[in-house]
Amino acid sequence: MNIIVCIKQVPDTNEVKLDPKTGTLIRDGVPSIINPDDKSGLEAALVMKDQYGANITVLTMGPPQAEGALREALAMGADDAVLLTDRAFAGADTWATSLTLAKALEKMDYDLIVAGRQAIDGDTAQVGPEMAEHLHIPHVSYVEDMQKDGDSLVLKRMFEDGYHKIKIQTPCLITALAEMNEPRYMNVGKVFDAYREKEIKTMTFADLDIEAEELGLKGSPTKVKKSFTKGVKAAGVKYDDLDEQEAAKVIVEKLKEKFII
Amino acid sequence: MDFNITKEQKMLQQLYKDFTENEVKPIAADVDEEERFPIETVEKMQKYGMVGIPIPKEYGGEGGDNLSYAMLVEELAKVCATTSVVLSAHTSLCCAPIYEFGTEQQKQKYLIPLAKGEKLGAFGLTEPNAGTDAAGQQTKAVLDGDNYILNGSKIFITNSGYADVYIIFAMTDKSKGTRGISAFIVESEFEGFTIGKKELKMGIRGSSTCELIFNNVKVPKENLIGKEGRGFGIAMKTLDGGRIGIAAQALGIAQGAIDETVKYVKERKQFGRSIAKFQNTQFELADMQTRTDAARLLVYRAACNKDNKLPYGNEAAMAKLFAAETAMYVTTKAVQLHGGYGYTREYPVERMMRDAKITEIYEGTSEVQKMVVAANML
Repeated sequence: MNIIVCIKQVPDTNEVKLDPKTGTLIRDGVPSIINPDDKSGLEAALVMKDQYGANITVLTMGPPQAEGALREALAMGADDAVLLTDRAFAGADTWATSLTLAKALEKMDYDLIVAGRQAIDGDTAQVGPEMAEHLHIPHVSYVEDMQKDGDSLVLKRMFEDGYHKIKIQTPCLITALAEMNEPRYMNVGKVFDAYREKEIKTMTFADLDIEAEELGLKGSPTKVKKSFTKGVKAAGVKYDDLDEQEAAKVIVEKLKEKFII
Repeated sequence: MDFNITKEQKMLQQLYKDFTENEVKPIAADVDEEERFPIETVEKMQKYGMVGIPIPKEYGGEGGDNLSYAMLVEELAKVCATTSVVLSAHTSLCCAPIYEFGTEQQKQKYLIPLAKGEKLGAFGLTEPNAGTDAAGQQTKAVLDGDNYILNGSKIFITNSGYADVYIIFAMTDKSKGTRGISAFIVESEFEGFTIGKKELKMGIRGSSTCELIFNNVKVPKENLIGKEGRGFGIAMKTLDGGRIGIAAQALGIAQGAIDETVKYVKERKQFGRSIAKFQNTQFELADMQTRTDAARLLVYRAACNKDNKLPYGNEAAMAKLFAAETAMYVTTKAVQLHGGYGYTREYPVERMMRDAKITEIYEGTSEVQKMVVAANML
């Protein structure tokens, strides 16, 4: 089984500090980490490898220093690593990013593609499902459990108030939740291998069947109008011990109070 | 000259930090309080390739360097000195001499499972009447056919009772003094080999320190390390390497105590402000960190020399001397800066102060290190 795990190197938001004078984020010296959802996706793939045998390739799109995240993945047990990097990819929104990644994935062998649900620096949760759409393969997002069943996978897709149990045939793509597992530590010997023996394969614009205008800023339909910090909302009022009649009454009263009805 | 660590070493430090914070620190106080050998941590270290770092892959190790290994000992000692010495005794004192002086057969039979962590190692040189004067060995080994017959006892042996493989020194020819000492690999299962009294210690209380008793123990001839009479040299060379481990342990204890103290002085308020605002606190911290950084440079230099196949005995002695005294100085100051709370077991610095003391004593006292350094000067 060939598994490709897509990972993103992100700033460790737990370590980001605010400049007390300007109130802005201090980005210098903030350590980079593998995005937590992606790391759990990698762990899920490694568990598959431990149980059934698999070849795991980690793929990331990013600047040259994203190599650090790939080496960490190798040190956890991934077999191969691919860095998708080119100045032409810079400024990509989720559409251009997922398209670029999909074009790279087209060149690789896979039965299963694993991505994290969303990145802690962007929080869109779009790139995973978009890659599947570009590749015309099925996908299941928000996966908290994955079991192999012959050529199929049995997945637990989480919702706020429940879950779906889904059987899906490979090739397919899943997006993993950090809650899925506790990622393993790196292994000392594998750290040595990651730096001394393993090679990081690099792919650039020239390796992809794609036009320059579909990439980076040019290929990004998203226009950011404004960025702002979400305002804090007051906690709502909870009515616990009402029957249906009383509950309906409260709702109607509240709607009248706000002049909605 | 380059004082920067590599990306590989940075990644290892991150791994060590994650591991020690999550797996070692939470049980450190209990390990001390209950004088309990942290066997579960040894099993976890095996899983993550931490017990045979400087041993080549062909012999079950990780094929790494001594600096990467010393950094792990340091990181472990920051949170639990007991765990760090379990590792140091295993790797530096048991794996290393088999790797450096053992036959191919000994490496296949003993080093591979040791470096993989399937077996735990120990080293027995000290006797009731042979401490710093290691030449005063009274344990005897007499050749009888295909076996040496071992009789005598050892004391203060780290990892004893839990170790499967012991490097044991014994007199094969009393008339030759230090040239009459030989080194043997002894399995815990050999008949006549028993564990005696367990020591109750001031610090590193989770580390198992016992007496070893040999009563007509048959040790196969092929378990002799090197040649007969070469044991003293093997012991001294092994301790040169071991001192890097203990120096790294002392360094870790010092840095761990500083880390705890920095956290405490920011929280503790007296006279209406945090005690970190007082210049006395700042000056003490500056001294503690400066000495600890100096110790770190000495420890890393000794490890790098070993990695670069340069002489390292003198450097290891300086590193151990200075790091051990720094650990004692820093932990004493750390307790002082914590005030009354520092003297209680509610805070880890009192344990660190008790743990620090042994680094000035074992694997050669500070006085022995001074003898080594001076001998290289005169």
